Amino acid sequence: MLTVLFDGVAYGMLLFILSCGLSVTLGMMNFVNLAHGAFAMIGGYATAQLMNEAGVPFLACLPVAFLIAAVLGLVLERTLYVRLYRKSHLDQVLFSIGLAFVAMSTMDYFFGAQQRLITLPDFLRGQFEVFGARIGVYRLFLIILCGLITIALQLFVSRTRIGSQLRAAVDDARVAGGLGINVSRIFAGTFAFGSGLAGLGGALGLDLLGVDPVFPIKYMIYFLIVVTVGGTRSMVGPFIAALIIGVADVAGKYYVPQVGAFVIYTVMVVILMIRPEGLMGRRATR
Amino acid sequence: MSAVSETGLASRAAAHASLVAARRLRPAEIAFWLMPIAGYFLFPDRLALLSEIAILGLFALSLDILLGFAGIVSLGHAAFFGLGAYTAGILGKYGWTEPLSGLAIAALVAGAVGFITSFLVLRGNDLTRLMVTLGVSLMLAEAANRLGWLTGGADGLTGVMIGPVFGVFEFDIFGVTAYWYAVGVLFVLFCLARYLASSVFGLTLRGIKGNSLRMAAIGAPVNLNLVTAYTIGAAYAGVAGGLLAQTTQFASLDVLEFQRSAEVLLVLLIGGSGYLYGGLIGAVLFKLMHDLLSDLTPQYWQFWLGILLVVLVLSSREGVRGLYLRVAARFARSRHPGRKGGAA
Amino acid sequence: MNAIASPGVAGSTALAAEGLVKHFNGITATDNVSLTLPRGARHALIGPNGAGKTTLINLLTGVLKPSAGRILLAGEDVTTASAQQRVQRGLARTFQINQLYAELTPLETLVMAIMQRRGNLMRWWQPVTRQREACDEAVALLERLGLGSVMAERTSTLAYGKRRLLEVALALACQPQVLLLDEPAAGVPHGERDEILETISELPRDVTLVLIEHDMEMVFRFAERISVLVSGALAMEGTPEEVAASPLVREVYLGGAHATATAAHARKGA
Repeated sequence: MLTVLFDGVAYGMLLFILSCGLSVTLGMMNFVNLAHGAFAMIGGYATAQLMNEAGVPFLACLPVAFLIAAVLGLVLERTLYVRLYRKSHLDQVLFSIGLAFVAMSTMDYFFGAQQRLITLPDFLRGQFEVFGARIGVYRLFLIILCGLITIALQLFVSRTRIGSQLRAAVDDARVAGGLGINVSRIFAGTFAFGSGLAGLGGALGLDLLGVDPVFPIKYMIYFLIVVTVGGTRSMVGPFIAALIIGVADVAGKYYVPQVGAFVIYTVMVVILMIRPEGLMGRRATR
Repeated sequence: MSAVSETGLASRAAAHASLVAARRLRPAEIAFWLMPIAGYFLFPDRLALLSEIAILGLFALSLDILLGFAGIVSLGHAAFFGLGAYTAGILGKYGWTEPLSGLAIAALVAGAVGFITSFLVLRGNDLTRLMVTLGVSLMLAEAANRLGWLTGGADGLTGVMIGPVFGVFEFDIFGVTAYWYAVGVLFVLFCLARYLASSVFGLTLRGIKGNSLRMAAIGAPVNLNLVTAYTIGAAYAGVAGGLLAQTTQFASLDVLEFQRSAEVLLVLLIGGSGYLYGGLIGAVLFKLMHDLLSDLTPQYWQFWLGILLVVLVLSSREGVRGLYLRVAARFARSRHPGRKGGAA
Repeated sequence: MNAIASPGVAGSTALAAEGLVKHFNGITATDNVSLTLPRGARHALIGPNGAGKTTLINLLTGVLKPSAGRILLAGEDVTTASAQQRVQRGLARTFQINQLYAELTPLETLVMAIMQRRGNLMRWWQPVTRQREACDEAVALLERLGLGSVMAERTSTLAYGKRRLLEVALALACQPQVLLLDEPAAGVPHGERDEILETISELPRDVTLVLIEHDMEMVFRFAERISVLVSGALAMEGTPEEVAASPLVREVYLGGAHATATAAHARKGA
């Protein structure tokens, strides 16, 4: 029971890191980016390649995964995404599906269809028991690292000047522009940072999820659920949502494996039933 | 009404004529429907591909009813396609081999699920609709995966038996019956859709898509019309899925996959939405491209699919609508002789 | 709370609001507004920007639900009725910003609206071309509003003034008992305003008209009674002369002597 809870929390933390970039673009910038998972996939592949082919240590791979995904995000945002902010959600969906397909088949071409896994360094392996719960060292590492990132994020958004500029730009791009805030630079930076976090998430998730060419589609629904359930202004909503989803998914798979992913989809549809405008509750103010 | 002036009568007649002109059968339409006949004689050894085109065309038409006419976005239209496919397939497997009634039941099942889920879908805005449709289709895909005893699970539904069409035309190994069956069903359902588009209901849908706020302000039952459109679109998709299962005597999980929902959106994006032929034209182009490109490898195909999506969205200034206008401009001379030149 | 209820006059009252209140996130957009419009009234609703005119219209038409108060349409309580039900009971509106169908022709637009009003389920599935009666009615309405020559053109290609008239025609297609006109001349060049005002003043006398307008000249030419809305509340109600003479109204809205002159001028002219 405690083990399931612990694993669920670790999984939820990972989900949060993976999807918080999307929660900013979708929940705040009002952009539907279904290719978000592609950045996570890139981070995962980068780490897997570096570790397995070049023998780079795991911890050193993490910042690299972040950087590669962030730079890619920045380039794509400046060249392609920026043209779609004003288009309809349907256009954004089609465009980002296209981008995801391209990324998926490119990975398939270079690395093959089989799943990539890594071997964690010794100090992150194994488990120990506390109060009868089996605690995986790596999951503990995940919880601590993701927790620190979450706190840093929340402080960054709520305390720093850039954070307040981001909130202003998201609230009303026109007014923010009038106040001398460089909205497009803020958006680009945010997008890149969100993509970078996804890349980091992809790297961190290698041990739990692995990485393969269908990763972006396979986990897209999880990211969307996190944002759908928690898509509010702050980082807190998606964070709580990610924890709930993580625990629910792990518990669902543990206790009722025959139902499988059904639990998660049902959660999403039910929440959308109860809060049809939940995701875009702020849209009316625009 | 005895004192109607002559000019009054004349303008009434002119008004009526302008309404009639908008739905007249155009020569290009007849030419279009000669294509499947020509296709049969020109490519007798590619009938399987041509049948797939007809089925995909019907599927895209079903999405066009939602998207092009009612303005409902969907990211999970494969749900209804898959429902239809599994319904027709399971019927065939367990002894209900008469094909037309099988299709009708497939349409009923898909339409019923469409009706029920429409209430979820229609409550939210575009983004919520995309999520709910996606969620519903993923739920169905997962359900089909789990209900292996019924659907065959990951191995697919095999052993589907389909009787002769009208009790006369047996499905043959050359796919001749399958082809004419698919084309015939497509033609009949297309004519029905065209009729619906010209009806008061069709006009109302255009109004809702054009300005749903005003539709409510003139007392139109907006949601009732949207529910009806969604249900009809779902039933059409069910028939398309049923056709696939019957003509291939097989159904597998990929009929419900997200990729299929994305694919049919692309088909409609290629052909343009809102004038019924878009899905059919898109299906022809899409399948031809697929045929050419996947001679390489399936992975390549998805790459080109993605590139095509990105390019299409970026190139059309107003997205789907812009593309439609450009496609419309290309076909304007043949398709719309009256609209722009002025029929009066 | 407020009790200016109007017992016994249901038969002659077309539209009544009783103590309407609407709060948005702690802001009171409509503050205890009561209105009684007898059948055939020519009523104007004026007030500075942000006075809550649009909110009041949205409450009356059912787009918004009031936080408190009642709305009576021909004596029947419609407070909880949907916008659609209110239209069917004879309450129609026009919009300050055109809400039309760019892709449809004026003829198609009106035929569609007329078919909504008739609500005949059998005819729902018939081709539009078979709706001869609706078509004839639409043509008659279009010609009455001077839109006969453009009825088969796409609405998006029409001149602005024509679209403004179509906006009115579309509301009239609902055959309203009460018609709310939200700045019908908004954005129309001064010379063409008369055409719209004339169209409005030629409407049958049994239709109750409520005009929400900024153009004081139009208000004084049109209205028999005027309600002044300030900060969501009804500041005063009276004849055009009373309103023009009111120091309060002058202060908050009309901006001094000019308005009195305009009002007097308009009255003389009318």
